[in-house]
Formats: sequence, C-alpha cells, structure tokens
Amino acid sequence: MNKVAPLLQLQGISIAPKNTPARLLVKQVSFSIAPGETTCVVGESGSGKSLTALSIMGLLSKQLCLTSGQVLFNDGHSGEQDLSKLDQAALRKIRGAKIAMIFQEPMTSLNPVLTVGYQIGESLTTHLGLKGEALQTKIASLLSMVGIPENRANSYPDELSGGQRQRVMIAMSIACEPCLLIADEPTTALDVTVQAQILTLLDELKTRMNMGMLFITHDFGVVADIADQVVVMFRGEIVEAGSKQQVLQHPQHPYTKALLACVPDAEGKKPLKPIDYAWLAESQTQVQAQRKVPS
Amino acid sequence: MSDILLQANHLVKTYTQRSGKFGFGTRLVKALDDVSIALKAGKTLAVVGESGSGKSTLARCLLQLQALDSGEVLFAGQDLAKLDGAALRQVRKNLQMVFQDPFASLNPRMRVGEIVGEGLLIHGLGSAAEQQAKVIAMLKRVGLSESDMQKYPHEFSGGQRQRIGIARALVLAPKVVVCDEPVSALDVSIQAQILLLLKELQAEMALSYLFISHDLRVVRHIADDMVVMHQGKVVEQGSVEAVYQQPQHPYTQSLLAAIPGKKAQSG
Repeated sequence: MNKVAPLLQLQGISIAPKNTPARLLVKQVSFSIAPGETTCVVGESGSGKSLTALSIMGLLSKQLCLTSGQVLFNDGHSGEQDLSKLDQAALRKIRGAKIAMIFQEPMTSLNPVLTVGYQIGESLTTHLGLKGEALQTKIASLLSMVGIPENRANSYPDELSGGQRQRVMIAMSIACEPCLLIADEPTTALDVTVQAQILTLLDELKTRMNMGMLFITHDFGVVADIADQVVVMFRGEIVEAGSKQQVLQHPQHPYTKALLACVPDAEGKKPLKPIDYAWLAESQTQVQAQRKVPS
Repeated sequence: MSDILLQANHLVKTYTQRSGKFGFGTRLVKALDDVSIALKAGKTLAVVGESGSGKSTLARCLLQLQALDSGEVLFAGQDLAKLDGAALRQVRKNLQMVFQDPFASLNPRMRVGEIVGEGLLIHGLGSAAEQQAKVIAMLKRVGLSESDMQKYPHEFSGGQRQRIGIARALVLAPKVVVCDEPVSALDVSIQAQILLLLKELQAEMALSYLFISHDLRVVRHIADDMVVMHQGKVVEQGSVEAVYQQPQHPYTQSLLAAIPGKKAQSG
C-alpha cells in the first residue's frame, strides 16, 4: 500500500517561541502522508497538533519558529521540495494551489463583507487565472459539488448556516484541486448530523481527487470513521503512530489507552473514566531510575 | 405528591426575525412550539437536538431568564412565569445554571472566591465567615483548593473553569441545576472528569439535572430520561434506554445514526 512515494514527509519538526528557543512546543515530530490517504492527528488541546499543521505551510505566528526539521513535499511533478526553506513568494504559489487548509471555525474564517462566490473565486483567479464566465461556471460547479445550491454564490456568509459555511470553506480549499488537504478540526463546531455529512463529503472528495488528507481532531469517533493512519500526540511529542486498526484496536502506549478509555460510547456499556496520568509518573520514575544507574 | 419536581406545560416562545429587502419585513420564528417536559426529583433529564432546535431557549425560559409568550412552569406548586421579581429571586436559590462556555461565563475581573460566593451574598445566607467557609468547602468539593479563592479566572484551564462554574451553581444547594452543554467546550479527556463530578454531586446533594447536549454519547452516560427537540418541537421523549434501543421518530433515528464511530463498530 505504501509503494507510492509519500506526498508529504515531516522529519524531526521542532517548534519553539523565538524568545525562548529552549522551550520546545513541538518536539521532533515525524510522519508522512500518502496520496489518497487520510492521516489523523489526535491529541488534547495544547498537544501541538495545530502548530504542526500550521508549520507545514509556513503559517506559524511571528513569535514562533521552526527550530529544526524538514517538511518534504512531493506533488509528483516538480520533485521533492523542503517547504521550510522556501521564501514567501514560492510558498504563496503552493498555498491554496497544491496544499489547502480548512480551519476550525467556519464562523470566523470567512470574510463577512465579501460574497461566498467571490471568496471561492479568489484562489481560482490567483492560481489558475480564471476570469468572467469561466470563473462563474467553475464557482457554480464547486458549490454544487459540496451540496450548496448554485444561486447561493451571491450570498454573504451570515446568510448561511454553520454547516453551509463549512461547505463553502471546503469548496474554497478544493477549488484548485490540491494534492494535500489539511483540515484542522473542521467539524468540531458543528452538529452531529452536519458533522456526519461533512465527513462523508470529505471522504468522497478525497477518493475522487486522490488527495492526501491531514485531519486534526480530538474525537476518536471521527478517527474511527475516516482515518487510514493515526498519529497520537501528547505534550508536543508523538507517542504512538500506526494504522487505524493498530492504534484503535491494539494501542501500545499507555497514553493512547487512557485517551481511548475516556471516550464515552453510545451504548453506555463502558464505564465513564477520567483520563489516567498514572503512567506518566511511572515512566518518569523509570527515567530517573535509569539515569541513576550509570552514576 | 408525585416525584415530579419541575414541570413545564405548553411553552411557546417566538422570536421575530428581520427579513426581506433591507430587513423591512418580519418573520416569526417559533423557538418553542408547545413544549411540555417534566423533571423528576433526583434524576437527569437530557434535552437533545441540533443547534437552532430550541434547547437553549427552553433552558432560559424555564429559569425565567427570558419571558415566555405563553405556557406555565411549575416548581414546588408555583407558576414561575407569574411571579414578580422579588418572589422569583427567592425561588432562584433552588434553580441554578451551569453555562456552556467556561471562558465567557466567568467575570474576568472577579476573584474566584467572589464569583462562587456571590450567590450567598445576594441571598444573605449566613455571616461573612460562614459564607467563606461554604465557598471553601464547595471549591474543595469540586477539586480546587482554598488558595484558588484569591485567583482570577484566567489563571485556570477550561476544565478547572467549568469546575468553578459548577461550584458557583451548587454553593446555594439548589434543587434543580440546568446544565447547558457543560462539557461541549472541553477536551474529551476532561469531559469524563466533569461528567463524573456532576454525577457524584447529584448523588450527594440530591440534585435534579436538566442536561442540554448535542452529544448523544455523553447523554447515554449521564441521563435517565431524554427529550429530543427539532425545530422548536418535542419529537420524542422517554427513558434513555428506550429511546436509544428503539427510536421512533425519523429525526431521532438520524441523530443516532450520525454518532461518529458507529460506522467502524458495525462494519
């Protein structure tokens, strides 16, 4: 299955604030994404999932910087590139065209004073140079692809529901047929029924366009529905990675086990359990013991 | 006396919404359309539905935080909708609320001790020393410490803030607590802690919860009875087990089918 060259390879990514480079927020994170596959990054808030995703396209805030690591991107045409070495102009050609991103809050990530049609068209004009009639037809076809009536192109974001806005975000992100889609908790703010629709839509699009998808979430239910590969992060580090089957059915790391144990199930069979950090104390004492032995 | 503590009959609430060109036209939106519910003493009633189904309006109308168009809310033999301000304030000691967003529902300029103790102060319960002791006991009960009284909300994490919100609601020893999506803003790992805390406190203080949620996995664990709302109407109600096993209404069926992770389990 992994015969195809990976689309994206993160190698030893570390992120730290510029002022205190010793304090690593993300430590030596490496994983890869294959075309047509979904890699889910799971973790609690503050575990560094979003930072990792932002660092891929060089979108980290100015106070933060990549202290080490490579972001190797290979779209199959122009060979392997290290995105962390590119300048802004080169990155701009990739953002939106080859790698696209969907953000968490559909309410705040659209511009309220521009029609959704205009916002979808923006990247088409920039990257593909579409204009006039051709642009309008493309926008209409994108809207119908994500399940919004074509005549809503002239609507403003406040005239759409949360689910529709997230669909608009998806239409924007797939407009230039990117080969990698980064979705940062795209369904967290939505209702369960809408969430199920959006997940199905993303899964369909991924298969149809052979996109690689990096999907960030904290919900193991969502992971079970759409992931191929799973990466579990804890306090800036990857604690476990593997195929969905492997991680969900046979978790190896105590943190993955604890996190899986505290997800409530719909049948009510599993007792509610708060997350258990006992393993953390244990592993720390082990590390200390190991350190003491040589001295 | 039956064991029904809080009962709402035929609640109606409509909002007017501007529509048409320049918003000159108006349109009526029925947020609550003939809603009747009953909360049993010591039990948890979950209200489930998607956004816009009227769950939160129901919670606010029950506590008279919003005026009803028509209908009655019976608590301890009184119709809350007919009470005046002073009488309502007396009753509110027994009706408290835990809000959804722990980041927005705590005043950032007040110390935690003041936030939790405010209810006691308003209702004039006990001397200053007694109030202080109650606040400390309550904070300890929800898993915070005495020294936290001097801190401000921003010094706490989301889960800790929700504990503060719970302490504020429970310090008055209410009978009914309305929880409006108390865990939806929290991480999965913290959710279970808060849910367990709520369950323990229910057993200790004989509380009745009205638990509003859109997460059916959470509802399965915490509630005894449930009400499913859709577009301002109650479409199904019954015990949690009955509804999960044999959902009658197509909307309930679609909600249950949409629970993430179902596909993987069945397939």
